[in-house]
Parts: sequence; structure tokens; C-alpha cells
Amino acid sequence: MAYPAKYRYTKQHEWADISGDVATIGITDYAQHELGDVVFAELPKVGAKVESGKSFGTVESVKAVSEIYSPVSGEVTEINGVLHDTPEKINSDPHGEAWLIKVRLANPAETKGLMDAAAYEAFIAAADKGKEVSA
Amino acid sequence: MESVNTPTVSELRKTSLNAVHRRLGAKMVNFGGWDMPVEYPSNGGLVAEHKAVRGAVGVFDVSHMGDIRVRTGKSTGGALAAVQHLSMNDASKLAVAQAHYSALLCPKGTFVDDVIVHRLTEDDFLLVINAGTREKDVSWVRENTKGFDCVVEDLSDSFTQLAIQGPRAIDVMRKLTDASLDRIKNYWFTHGAVCGLTDILIARTGYTGEDGFEIYVPSDPATSEKVWARVMEAGREFGIVPCGLGARNTLRLEAKMALYGHEISDTINVWEAGLDRYCKMEKGDFIGRAALERSKATGLTRTLVGLEMIDRGIARDEYCCCNEAGEAVGVITSGSPSPTLGKNIALAYVPPAMAATGTTIYVAIRGNKHKAQVVPTPFYRRPKTVSAPQVVKTA
Repeated sequence: MAYPAKYRYTKQHEWADISGDVATIGITDYAQHELGDVVFAELPKVGAKVESGKSFGTVESVKAVSEIYSPVSGEVTEINGVLHDTPEKINSDPHGEAWLIKVRLANPAETKGLMDAAAYEAFIAAADKGKEVSA
Repeated sequence: MESVNTPTVSELRKTSLNAVHRRLGAKMVNFGGWDMPVEYPSNGGLVAEHKAVRGAVGVFDVSHMGDIRVRTGKSTGGALAAVQHLSMNDASKLAVAQAHYSALLCPKGTFVDDVIVHRLTEDDFLLVINAGTREKDVSWVRENTKGFDCVVEDLSDSFTQLAIQGPRAIDVMRKLTDASLDRIKNYWFTHGAVCGLTDILIARTGYTGEDGFEIYVPSDPATSEKVWARVMEAGREFGIVPCGLGARNTLRLEAKMALYGHEISDTINVWEAGLDRYCKMEKGDFIGRAALERSKATGLTRTLVGLEMIDRGIARDEYCCCNEAGEAVGVITSGSPSPTLGKNIALAYVPPAMAATGTTIYVAIRGNKHKAQVVPTPFYRRPKTVSAPQVVKTA
């Protein structure tokens, strides 16, 4: 699955689509693949504050619980209601329909610290390579 | 998110099928020091594997399991006496070619490990043990059979063990062996030709709650890979899929089969674990018996129950169970979504007063209380096999 060029990425495998002062946040295709069958997403409420690098929720697969770390700081303006009944969309469309939350940016400058798509792809390629070498 | 998989390290042990799993694109994890497949995403992953076993057939590489052979030394009966001393079930009741679930106990009546005991001959037993407890079990067995007329051999590295599980497992096996499989009842075994290899142990056992077989073939990679390929080929028409430890765990949890380090350990005793029916107090003395007798007189402080989540949320291993007031009362030993039931289920230790079906128990999930209730176990029981409908011929 291609990593959209306009998104920005974290080393914990979240993406942020920044448009004006709002960031839409989700987990990457790499992340959903690592997790396996997603069965549950626990998200903050609208109005909650999230902080860059801090956990704001969890995504659970059958076998694992994964904390989701926010790429940005700000206030949650929307959560994706679709995931309440169909969390498996995180597996099928992680970069699109299965976004998790929208955040009004408190500090737009901090998005400069995120990776672009090319850097993220290089990062996960290195991570995969590390697995093979050590195995 | 954080990485789910612990990075594999070169010291991890590998089964002879490691290269096969990697070629299949399996997600590998460190399981008790072994580099094992947890799921095969290219075949649909954990849930698809789980459903294949419930509905058709799946194959698991369980070669990480250990095997200890205990056979008589000079005079007949030595091995039986040793096995009786070491394990809680009554091995004298086993016929040749029969197996049963049992456990090696500590003097406290807690678990060294749970085992499947196979009676190969009157004077020859094979104990199949867990991967993570291999070394401990082997030394335990050697140490505690010193006074017995028996020979203990660690055969753990000799076998590639494949578990072929599911309602169609028998159809797959029929294509691979000339042994009369219909005559092998649940927890019995035979030796027969499999994939051109002779004298292979074929047991009607498993860890999934379904019908199925476990076969023990020589562990060299060439033989192991050949047998794996033949099983996959024979199973294709029945929809066979390779299955990883992820599905193995959800399948055994639904069937309420204990997992060492979770439902049973060296701090949990037989009565607490609810394994009474595999513990034969009347058979004579065995390690752990005296402590169990005392424990029975004292009564239990905790007992294993099945839980079903009522609130949204998934109880996971080691989460705390609490009462309505939020006071800790117990602990989850295994918890997961159940692919068969479509519910979130768990096993937990709670005080006996809270063990009745229907009792409300709360599970602490990330600081919040989530409601669950005690339900009967096993969560899943396989349907009784129905014989093929009779064709009524009309004149």
C-alpha cells in the first residue's frame, strides 16, 4: 500500500494529514499489518487534549493491544464513528476511511519534526531489514 | 503504535520448518525462546486460521514441544512406577496405545508442567511437554526418578511434531497414511506409515477443542519439509491453512484448555485450576499429593472461572479483576476476543464466593472498570459428530 505523499509520519507508525490548523490522524498500513485483525479502537472524546508523542488511545487486534501516540498537540475536534462498529476498516483502509481522530493544532510548528513519506518508507524498510538480519 | 513483535535474536531456537514459515511470510515471534510463527497474513491471518480449524482443517508446527521417554530398566513395571510417582493422573489405567492429560506437580501440589502421557508399551511411556519448560521438566523427571528402575531420555529434538486439526483433519490424514484412523479414538494413538515414512506416531490429540491428529516425524529438515508439503497438498481440497500460535491460543482458550504460565504455574495448585478430574488421589502416593490433601481440607481461596465481557473492552492476560467498589479480587490469566463466539472472553482467578455463573466481575482496563460476568465453560464445545444420514431406498 502506498504511503500518501501529503501525509506526515511518526516512528511509532502514525500518520497526520495536516490541512490548515487541523490534523487528521491514523495509523499506517505497516502498523495495521503488524497488529493483525483489528477488533477494537478506544479513542478520546471530542474536546480532549492530546499531546505530541503521548498516547491518546489504543487499537486492539485479536492478539495485541497497541497504544497510539499523537503526532501533534491540540484538541480533539472529531472522532471517527465508523470505527465503533467496523474497527476492521483499520486493516482494509488505514490511510483513508479508517482515520482515528481530528485535532486542532496547538502548535503547528511541531509538525516539522515528522517524517515525509519517503523518509517513512526508508524507516520501515530499515526496520524490516533489521528483522531479517537478526533472524 | 509500538512494535508488536519483539525483534528476533540469533540465539532463538528454530524448528526444522523455520524456513518454510518464513517463505510463507509468517509473522514470527519469540515464544519461550523459540522463533515461531504467530500468524500467516498471506492466508488471511489469525481469525481466518481460527475459523479454518473450527470449520475445516488447519496445520500447526508444534515441534517446539518437548518429548521425554521413560522406559523400564531391568524388570517390568519400572517405568509405570516412575510415571505414577511423577504425574497426577493414573497411568496404570492407560492401555497400550492410549494417552491422557496429566501434570508433573511440585511437592506443594502446584505445576511443574502439564503433559500428555502416551503409553507406548507396557513399559514405555512418552511424555509430551511444553517448549518453555523443556529443560526444567527434563531435569525434574531425571531427578525424581533416580530411585526407580527406569531410563529417561530427552527426545525433544528428535521429532517434528505437526498438529492437523479440525473436522476435516481425518480426511487429510486418510490421504497420508494407511493406518485405520477410524479405530483411533480421541486420546488414542497408533504407529503407521505416513508420507512414505514408516512407524510414525499418529495420535488423535490436539490443543484446539476440535477433532484432529498429531504426528511425530523425524526432525531432519528435509523430511520435515517434505511431510509439511505433503500435508498441505493433501489438505488443499479441504481448505487447509497453516496456522500459527495466535490461532492456537484463541482455539485453546475457547475450549478452556490450560496454558502453562497462565492458568497453571508453580504457584497455582490443581484444585484452584479446576483440574480435579485429571488428578487421581486414590491411585497411591505421587509428588504433590500430600499438599493437595491438606489443601482440600483447608479449602480454596481462588478458583478459575470463565468470563464474558458485557461492557465494550477486551480483558487481557494479567489485567486485574475487581468488585463493584473497585477493590482487587483476582486476575485475568488469558483473555481475548473469541473469533467463534464474536464475544470478548477470558479466564480468571477469583474468590470462590464470586465464581457462580452470572456473577458480575469488573475488569480494570487502562484504569477503568469494565463489567463482565461469570459464564459456564468451556466457552466452545465442538458439535457431536453426526453420522452420515442413511439413504432410505424405496422399492
